[in-house]
Amino acid sequence: MASLRDIKNSINSTKKMSQITKAMEMTSAAKWNRGVMNAKAFVPYMEKIQEVTVAVAMGSNGINHPMLQSRPIKKTGYIVMTSDRGLAGAFNSNVIRRVFQTIQSRHKSKDEYSIIAIGRVARDFFVKRGMNVDLEIIGVSDQPSFESIKDITSSTVGMFSDGTFDELYLYYTHYKSAITQEVTEKKLLPLTDLSTFAKLTSYEFEPSAEEILDVLLPQYAESLIYGALLDSKASEHAARMTAMRNATDNAKEMIKNYSLIYNRARQAAITQEIAEIVGGAAALE
Amino acid sequence: MKTIEVSVVTPDGPVYESDVEMVSTKAQSGELGILPGHIPMVAPLAIGVVRLKKSGSKEQDLIAVSGGFLEVRPDKVTILAQAAEKAEDIDVERALRAKERAEQRMRDQRVEDIDFRRAELALQRAINRLTVTGKQ
Repeated sequence: MASLRDIKNSINSTKKMSQITKAMEMTSAAKWNRGVMNAKAFVPYMEKIQEVTVAVAMGSNGINHPMLQSRPIKKTGYIVMTSDRGLAGAFNSNVIRRVFQTIQSRHKSKDEYSIIAIGRVARDFFVKRGMNVDLEIIGVSDQPSFESIKDITSSTVGMFSDGTFDELYLYYTHYKSAITQEVTEKKLLPLTDLSTFAKLTSYEFEPSAEEILDVLLPQYAESLIYGALLDSKASEHAARMTAMRNATDNAKEMIKNYSLIYNRARQAAITQEIAEIVGGAAALE
Repeated sequence: MKTIEVSVVTPDGPVYESDVEMVSTKAQSGELGILPGHIPMVAPLAIGVVRLKKSGSKEQDLIAVSGGFLEVRPDKVTILAQAAEKAEDIDVERALRAKERAEQRMRDQRVEDIDFRRAELALQRAINRLTVTGKQ
């Protein structure tokens, strides 16, 4: 049996640990709040741009913009969104596992896909396995502004336009509630499923529908990526919050058990001491 | 006088919502003025100022937008911009710094570089913001 001091040490270190996890839970809670607010603030923009895009793309017949057309698939792009840091429960591993399995089942050789990693965890995972990571971005802030991720969104959309890949999938964690988040796969490009939201207004175009699509479609695709990133950030903090709460609860449980063992050991030591004194006194008589 | 509802939305949330008599702005193809009852229209915007004439007063609300779209319906105008700020929300210091930085870059770079184009756009945005605040 461990000595009294060993047990005392375990209790102390577990207490310290629970303080840290508690603090992390609280910071995550604050970030989670902000994250959810950001995701909500983005909704009106997203809805509007979607509405306009659909109206323009559907309302003008005979337009063949490259971003709207499926072409033979030689290479597929995957955007993977994870966090930069761990300690968020299964948040990162869920996304990565899903992408990894998908790639394994769909592709036979490395030339058939390329990965765009957002977040250190995804980057490290795929680079370590020697998979094609073409673009990476790490250190995205907890409240990313549209401007700050413009580089990656526009280069990704650019890679589709210049034919680096012929379709683009997005993998991220969709935020449902504080306790449920769901790994989501979304086909980003080409934009073939636009017709599903039919709410058409016929517009005049200034200067012309083609020129508007040239500007509008990349912006729309970029908005989709940005929206997913906000969603993923909200999920990350919710996941981390839950993970840290569980850790704190577990630590409390452990402290309880250790205290029990400690008290028992202390009692045993006292009993033994008394027995020794009594034994000693009896021997003197 | 008849009014039209205007909303300016950015990825970071709605910036402006109000009823106005007239919206005038700079599209990529030139200046545009929108009055109530305009036919539905979509046009890409240039970096510029959106002027919103409030009903019953001489005053105008000014908003600096950095590109984006204008969507017009008979009863509603929506401006979708990647960035948009009302005059009172603009950080003048920051705009001034951005202007200097952009000018510096344009001096350092050759005209054919992509960075030159970028700096040029940054300069336009900074000047646009300063124009709106009336500091230029």
